[in-house]
This record gives sequence, C-alpha cells and structure tokens, in this order.
Amino acid sequence: MDISNYLYLSALLFTIGAVGVVVRRNAIVVFMCIELMLNAANLAFVTFSRINGNLDGQVASFFTMVVAACEVVVGLAIIVTIYRSRRSASVDDASLLKR
Amino acid sequence: MLNLALHVGATKTPEAVLFWFLAPLAVIAALGMLMAKKAVHSALLLAWVMITLAIFYIAQDALFLGIVQIVVYTGAVMMLFLFILMLVGVDSSDSLVENIKGQRPASIAAAIGMGGLMVTLIGRASLGRSAVGLVAANTNGNVQGLAEQLFTKYVWAFEVISALLITAALGAMVLAHSQKVRSRTGQRDLSIARFRGDSLASAAGLPSSGVFARHNAVDVPALLPDGSAAPTSISSVLKARGDMIESAIFELQPKEEEEN
Repeated sequence: MDISNYLYLSALLFTIGAVGVVVRRNAIVVFMCIELMLNAANLAFVTFSRINGNLDGQVASFFTMVVAACEVVVGLAIIVTIYRSRRSASVDDASLLKR
Repeated sequence: MLNLALHVGATKTPEAVLFWFLAPLAVIAALGMLMAKKAVHSALLLAWVMITLAIFYIAQDALFLGIVQIVVYTGAVMMLFLFILMLVGVDSSDSLVENIKGQRPASIAAAIGMGGLMVTLIGRASLGRSAVGLVAANTNGNVQGLAEQLFTKYVWAFEVISALLITAALGAMVLAHSQKVRSRTGQRDLSIARFRGDSLASAAGLPSSGVFARHNAVDVPALLPDGSAAPTSISSVLKARGDMIESAIFELQPKEEEEN
C-alpha cells in the first residue's frame, strides 16, 4: 500500500465535512462537521510528518487539536446563548437581518 | 515508476490490512454522520471516525497524538458535544425542506468538484524521493522528540496557544454568564405575595397531588372535599410537558338519588 492513501482518505473526509457544513441545518451538527474537517487535516499533517521524516507535522497537528478544543468551547457557548434567547439551535432561524 | 505519481514508498502488509479494513469504515461512518437525521447519531458516528483516526496515528508512528486524539477528542470534545445536545434539544431533528432552492444539489456538486480536485492533486504531486519514515526522528521516543520540538523550535507558538486557551476559557465564561434581571425573591416576598394578594385561597399552600385521590401518582390531581379535582395540585412542569392525565375521570360522581 502506498502511503499517499492516507492523504486520499484525508481529502475524502475533509470533503464530507465540507458538505456537512453547507448542507446540515442543526448548528451542533455543523460544528461536528467542522471537527471532522480539522481531523482530516490532522491526518494529512501526520502523514506528511512521516513522509518527511521529522516531527514538525505532528507538532502542527498538536496545535490544531488545541485550537479545535478552544473553538468547540467558544462555539458551543455561543450555541447555548443563541438557544437561550431564541429557543432554537437551527442556523436558519437566526435570520434577523433578513427581515 | 510513473514520473508524476506521488511515489513515497509502500508500507508493510499489516498496515495495509489495517488501512483497508478501517478506512472504508471511517468513510462510511463519516457519510452516516452527514446523513443521520438525529444529532446524537451523528455525534456517535463522529466519535467512531475519531477513534479510527487515532488508530491511524498510532500506526503512523505518532503514538502521542494517537493517545491525545482519544483523550481529547473522543473523551472531552465529544462528551461536550453530547452534553450540549442533551441541553439544547435532543429531539430537534433537522427539517428536510430546503430554504434556498437548489442548495443541496449545488453544494454536493461543488463538494465533488473540490474533492476531485484534491484527489487529482495528490495523485499528480511528486516529492521526488521516497518516504523517510519516523524511525530516526523517534529514536529517543515519540513524546521526547515532540517535547524537544515544542520547547525549542515552537516555544513561541506554544506560548501564544496558551494565551488562546485562556482567552477561550474566559470567553466561554462570559458567554455562559447570564445577568439576573430581577432580584431573587426571598421568603419575606413570598409571604407578602401569599397573604396580601387578591385571594387567600392558596394561603395555606397548594394541595399536594394524590391527596384523597384514587391514585397516589404525581400526575393525578388531588380531590377537593366536594369530590371535584384540584388542578393546582399538579406541578406546572408536568402540565407544560403535557404529561398530565385528564383530571375529569378522577372526579367523584355524586351518588344518584334513585338508589334509596
């Protein structure tokens, strides 16, 4: 098996996550799809680290995990705040500027 | 070998078996996450994808990242997701009606284009040499090697990311904090409301459910001395949820006079 198969898998997972961000309406599911995209990027980082034979890619992947944790904490707090005022977690319901 | 293909070296057979067993499962789980109607199912499938990726990390000599992936992602992040799901509406499933006409086919077509672009890019990219592997970089151990990088070359990024973490924690606290609009009602206020109100009907407290009722369940109203049901004896939460049984069937019917 070629090592680049990991890169193909990463591209596939990233694409699936991108579709989810655009198609799904539930804000929490949209967040989960963003997590999937970040994970796919991490897999590519780890694979590149192995191809190049140094640990820089793994360090980048480590930083991505920290940033993802921050993003989840703040994003979920925003979702809870929106839910508290609007009683809905759907991204389509927050359309106050349209009207 | 092809001059354009990314010839980066082959792996050993066990890793190939692992990959071809787990990679389709990961893709199927990711697609299921995309299509699952209930958000909880999406969360569980995403947890499975993350565990699969952790196994791939460990197979690729990234032991530390594999363990961190399981501890941080499936342990902390997914639990946070499930917690918020339970809080915000576990039963709110997505509506399948499109708000913007033709959004779904257009986005799927765009995704196929993007995915095809990335796949062909990987297929045509050339590194010019074979994969090095991490055996040399991991001679002192993976964790030690990562620590060396983190505290020498990337120490500035490490400091910045600690500031980011603190900022995120503060932001979450600010967002979760809600200011009280009214002051808390104390015992004195409750007492005044009870005795100086319009009527003294509830001055002695509301009747509790099940008192003189035919059942002692909390959703069965108490009976008043005249045999009629007391709807105030049932918690307003049960009423709001619609869990209350119709109280009319529990009322006592006056005995008919013809019996004598």
